[in-house]
Amino acid sequence: MTVTFLGMPADRPFPRNAARAVRNSQLRFNLRKATRTIRARRASVVAEAPDWAELREAGRAIKEHTLRNLDRYLVQLEEAVTAAGGHVHWAADAAEANRIVAGLVKATGETEVVKVKSMATQEIGLNEALREQGITAYETDLAELIVQLGDDRPSHILVPAIHRNRAEIREIFSEHMSGWGRPAPGDLTDDPAALAEAARLHLRERFLKTKVAISGANFAIAETGTMVVLESEGNGRMCLTLPRTLISVVGIEKVLPTWRDLEVFLQLLPRSSTGERMNPYTSMWTGAVEGQEFHLVLLDNGRTRVLADEVGRQTLRCIRCSACLNVCPVYERTGGHAYGSVYPGPIGAILTPQLRGMGSELDRSLPYASSLCGACYEVCPVAIDIPSVLVELRARARHPWAERAGMAAAGWVFERSGRLARLQRAGGRLRGLVPRRLPGPLAGWTDTRDLPEVPKESFREWWDRTDGGRR
Amino acid sequence: MSSRDLILTRIRRALAGVPDVEIPRAYRGPSTASTAGGSPGSATGGVSGRPDDRARPSGETTVPPGARAEVSGEGTGASGETTRPSDEPTEPPGETAEPPGARIRLFEERVGDYRAVVHVVNEADTAGRVARSLAGRGARRVVVPAGFPSEWLTDADVEALADDPPLSAVDLDGVDGVVTTCAVAIAETGTIVLDTGPGQGRRALTLVPDYHLCVVRAAQIVAGVPDAVARLDPRRPLTWISGPSATSDIELNRVEGVHGPRTLEVLIVT
Repeated sequence: MTVTFLGMPADRPFPRNAARAVRNSQLRFNLRKATRTIRARRASVVAEAPDWAELREAGRAIKEHTLRNLDRYLVQLEEAVTAAGGHVHWAADAAEANRIVAGLVKATGETEVVKVKSMATQEIGLNEALREQGITAYETDLAELIVQLGDDRPSHILVPAIHRNRAEIREIFSEHMSGWGRPAPGDLTDDPAALAEAARLHLRERFLKTKVAISGANFAIAETGTMVVLESEGNGRMCLTLPRTLISVVGIEKVLPTWRDLEVFLQLLPRSSTGERMNPYTSMWTGAVEGQEFHLVLLDNGRTRVLADEVGRQTLRCIRCSACLNVCPVYERTGGHAYGSVYPGPIGAILTPQLRGMGSELDRSLPYASSLCGACYEVCPVAIDIPSVLVELRARARHPWAERAGMAAAGWVFERSGRLARLQRAGGRLRGLVPRRLPGPLAGWTDTRDLPEVPKESFREWWDRTDGGRR
Repeated sequence: MSSRDLILTRIRRALAGVPDVEIPRAYRGPSTASTAGGSPGSATGGVSGRPDDRARPSGETTVPPGARAEVSGEGTGASGETTRPSDEPTEPPGETAEPPGARIRLFEERVGDYRAVVHVVNEADTAGRVARSLAGRGARRVVVPAGFPSEWLTDADVEALADDPPLSAVDLDGVDGVVTTCAVAIAETGTIVLDTGPGQGRRALTLVPDYHLCVVRAAQIVAGVPDAVARLDPRRPLTWISGPSATSDIELNRVEGVHGPRTLEVLIVT
C-alpha cells in the first residue's frame, strides 16, 4: 500500500502523545475555555434554526449522492471551470499536487505566494514543498500566521492556534514577525484587538504586492464551475481578489452537484463551524474573473481508497466544520497535536487512518482515541456516524501481540468445557497469588482497571457441591 | 495513464454496485416570490440569464406607510444603532404571509448583531443620511462605483472617486471609504451580497478601503439563504458579507476588524 502523506510525522502512538499532552495544564486550560465557548455558540444558533434536522438530512443526502456519482460530477466541474476560462489539473497524490503547484508558481516567475487557510494544502505539506523549490508561502489567516511564525503545528481544523493563549501569541508576534516582514509594534499588548491589528499591519503590504495566491475551497459546484470559500477575516478575499494568478487545491470530495445545493451548506457550515448565523465573508467565483488567471488542482491523495470502503466512505461527506472536535471529551483534554495529523479530533481519528492506511502504530491507535460517547455524530452537520466507523476500524487494525496471544489462549480454553473447568479450578486454588497489577505487556490493562476478584470456586463447582444450594 | 484517468478509474472501481440516494428537501426553501426568476441551473445561454434590474428593484411601494414610520431610524436622532430593537432573538419570518416590515426589522437586528452600524431611512432622507454617515466617519475621498445612484450623493461633501481608469490596490488603500448598493440582502442571517453589478464595482473596491457604506433597498431583502441563492447568478463573482471583518482565532474571542473593512455601515432604504 502506498503511504499517503498527511502533513505531520506519525512516529508515536496516540496514548503516548495524549499522556504527554494532558500533563500540560496551560494547554488544557486553553482548550477547555475555547471548546466551551464555541460549543455554546453553536448550540444557540443551531437551536434557532427550526429546520436544522431537515437541513442536516439534506446535507447528508446531497453529499452521499455526490460521492455516488463523483466521476460524473468531477468531469462536469472540469468542463464548467474550463468553459469559464480556468485551467483544471488532476493530482493523484501529495507529491504530484505539490509538483503541479510549484510548476504553476514558477511559470509566473514569482518566488512569493500568499495563502488562504486550507486543509488540503496542509495535508500535502505544500509550504515545505514550495520552500524546497525556492518559493516562500506566506500564511495569511491569523491562526495560521501564529502557527507559521511560531514554527508550530496546527491543532484544530478551524482554529489552528487554539492551543495558544493571548500571552503566548503576543510573544510569538513580538519575536518572530520581523523575520517574515513588518515587525510587530514595540508596545504590543496581549489584547486580542491589538494582536489582530498587528496582523493587519504585518500582512497589508504583502497583500497589495504579491502576484500569486494559493487557496483551497469549501465547495466546488459541478453545474456552474463555481468555487466557494468561507472565511472571517478578509484575508481570503485579499488573496482571492488582488493577485494576478490564483491556484486552488481542492479535494475531489468537495464537489457539489448544483448551485442550489449551496442553500443547504451555507446554512449548515457557518452554524456548525464558528457558531455564527453566517460567517463574515463568503467569496464565490467561476473560472477566470476580473482578469485573473485561475488554476484548479483536484486532489485524490487517498480519497478514492476511502471511497471504496463501504463503511468508511461516509467520512468523505465531511465539510471540515470541526464541530466534532469541539464536543469531543478526548480532544478537549489532549488537543490536536496528539493525533499526529492535520486532521485531529473524532473526524481525524477516522479520516487519518483511512487516508494513510494503518501501517504505523499511531494510525492503528487513532480509532481508540474515543470513548464512543457519540457526541460527534450528534453534532455532525452531514450525519457522519463517527462511532460506527471507529468501531469498524478498530476491528480492522492489527492488535498488539499480547492481546492477540491472550485472545488466542482464551479461544483455546473456551473451546472445550473441560479445559475451562480445569482452568477455573486452578484459578481458585492459586487466587492468593494473583497480583494487583499484571506483568509485562498486560500491565496496560491493569494500569486503568482493577482486576476482578477470582472466586474460590466456579458456579458449576458450587452447584455440584451444594446441589443447587439444597445441601 | 494520466492522473485524470487514473483518478476517474479508481472512483468507478470504488463505486461499482453502490446504490444512489434520494435527496429530501424538507427544509424551508425559497419563498415563491424570489424563485420567480428561475434557477440558474435551468438558465441557459449568455451571461445575462436573469432580469438585469434585480440589483435595484423599485421597492418603495412594498412597504406600507405604517411600517415605514415604525422601522424608521430617522427622527429619533442621527445614530441608527440606538433605534435597533432589543437583542432578543426574533422569530424568523414565515415564508409568504410575512409583512415586509417584519423582514426589514429582522434584517436590521441581525446586521446589528455583527456590530455593524445600521440605519433605516425612507427614500427622501437617503441623501441626507449618506452625507451624515460619511461626515461622521470623516470620509473625504470616497470610491463611488459606476451605477451608484447619484441622487444619494447630492448632500455629501466628498471627493467621489470613480474606478475609471481602475484604481490600483495601493490607491484603494489610501481612500477613506467606499459606498455601494448590493444585489440582495438576507434578513435571517443579516447578510448583504454583492455581485459586482451596477453601483457595486469590482471586488477589490469593497475590500481594501477600511470603511464600507452599503445602501440596501427594502425590496432587496429576502427572508433566508435559499431565497438569496435562487436570486443570484453564479456566473458573476459574488461576495457575501455578514458584518465587518472579524476573527475568533485568539481564544475564540470575536474581534471585529482584521483585513477587510473594519467598519461596515448599512442603510436600509424603505
